Amino acid sequence: MSPVQTQEAARMRAKAALRKGLRISLSYALMLVILGFAIFPFLWTLAISITDKQASGISIYDFPKSLFPPAVTLGNFFEVITKLNLGKYFLNSVIITALTVVGTLVVSALAAYPLARLQFPGRGLIFGAIVATLVLPTEIAFIVNVLTLRDLGLLGTYAGVVLPIIATAFGIFLMRQAYLAIPGTLMEAARIDGASELQILWRVMIPLSVPSLTALGIFTLVGTWNAFFWPSVALLTNDDLLPMSVAILKLKGQFNYDVFNVAAGAMIMMIPVLVVFFLAQRFFMRGLEGAVKG
Amino acid sequence: MKRQALTATLIAYAFLAPALVLMGLFTFYPVFYGSYLGFTDYTVADLASGEGPRWVGLKNLQFVLGDPLFQTGILNSLKYLLVVPLLQIASLAVAVLVNQKLPLMAFFRVGYYIPVVTSISLAAVMWEWIFQKEGFLNWSLQLLNLINAEGRFNWLLNEHTALWAIMLVTFWRGFGYYMVLYLAGLQSIPAELEEAATLDGATAWQRFWLIIVPLMRPTLLLCSLLSTIAAIRVLEEIIVFTGGSGGPLNSTYTALLYVYNKSWGNMLNANFGVAGAAGLLIALVGFALSYINFRLTREERGER
Repeated sequence: MSPVQTQEAARMRAKAALRKGLRISLSYALMLVILGFAIFPFLWTLAISITDKQASGISIYDFPKSLFPPAVTLGNFFEVITKLNLGKYFLNSVIITALTVVGTLVVSALAAYPLARLQFPGRGLIFGAIVATLVLPTEIAFIVNVLTLRDLGLLGTYAGVVLPIIATAFGIFLMRQAYLAIPGTLMEAARIDGASELQILWRVMIPLSVPSLTALGIFTLVGTWNAFFWPSVALLTNDDLLPMSVAILKLKGQFNYDVFNVAAGAMIMMIPVLVVFFLAQRFFMRGLEGAVKG
Repeated sequence: MKRQALTATLIAYAFLAPALVLMGLFTFYPVFYGSYLGFTDYTVADLASGEGPRWVGLKNLQFVLGDPLFQTGILNSLKYLLVVPLLQIASLAVAVLVNQKLPLMAFFRVGYYIPVVTSISLAAVMWEWIFQKEGFLNWSLQLLNLINAEGRFNWLLNEHTALWAIMLVTFWRGFGYYMVLYLAGLQSIPAELEEAATLDGATAWQRFWLIIVPLMRPTLLLCSLLSTIAAIRVLEEIIVFTGGSGGPLNSTYTALLYVYNKSWGNMLNANFGVAGAAGLLIALVGFALSYINFRLTREERGER
């Protein structure tokens, strides 16, 4: 190669490297802007929640100062817990979520087993009916569910909120897929050893489907913790049992509406779910991907 | 042998019993009984006096179809569908962006997913501050010289912007969810395909439209189906931002809010028959949209 050619090649390489560098910087700039869009509301709420409202000249709309609070305190958190009784609503959220998660796991793990691994008359029909719930017009279900809960004397109780939401097609499907992936030879070996179906489920299927159970548990936990519509309808007659997701808007609507307290309440509600999310984000992402790949 | 089969059947049904009882009571029964209520008169007064629903045939369906409030609701729900293409294109683009092999990608993906795990009530609290007259949105627009100090207004109290503002929140809560679904699809595209195109001199833009979009078509259709149904069923967003009023001037009154306000949202003049009829109509629209989407998917498969 002549010196001219090598020079030319070097210039081409430099140009390509420059273009690549430019493309990468542009990518990161764009991703940072989108990240700002995604998490700005949280950052601002966090800033408001730790702002000392007693300090002079404080306003949440004093940009950009209000995004970086000049006087910081945890007082809003204490105030919202003691004065506005947030602890009660927090506990309600914990109870409703815990009951829903346990209920969903038990019901799904049990129902999925015969659908995946047992032969019995009516199997196809039942499976078809469960599939059908995905397309049934559920727009009207909540109207009747309140009437049913009232007739059962469950309106305005924890059971009334939880029972209608624990048997879901999603949960049963997910567990059925997990059981189907377990080799049949394991079940046969257990049968030869004289294990009952319940023992096979408990000793073989469930231990081997822990990842699916965990994913279902986390999905249910986050969904229930954040649920707004159903708890607000099912607890129409009993404000004392409201979860935080509903109570937080009541706080905002009260006459003593105080943005700093509401922000502190929002942080208290958000932190548990964010912790769960960060610990389990692999399950989330994979669970969703599984939904596409089938 | 026969006895064994009977025992096996009994065991199977014992395992299924909790799910079947709960689904029967809280999913199947309400759907059928609710559909029946759509053809009856059943008011709060009837409920209080213990009187049952009275069959009135198609009267409620006629009433609902002729009710200007329901018409506004359907119109607003259809307007809400505009969020679907915006949401899908944006989340596909973001997925392509974070699918690059660069450091910190996992960090960005997790960050984009955070709004998805936020409750709608928290989103309402936080975004209301942003949409205020003195809020962050107007401040940013002023900073960019797009509006002046007099041009500031509350985005949720203006009948021309309220629905768009709420749609922005739906967009914010949704794009991370669809991004993950698209990422899954992108990762199944063979890398050689893109490399070959790059060698042939295809620009990033050409690679996106000529390789990624056609190969992602099944995922695109699934995601648009999901978000179309979510958009036609939008309710929680409206309740938390407008307190269930659907204001200002009914500009955010959606079809499902009508069902809610005819039943438990406004119990003083609840009419479960009218609510049931409206619910049936919305379910029908949702079903039709799903069917159209499904047909599109099937035709796509037929081509191959």
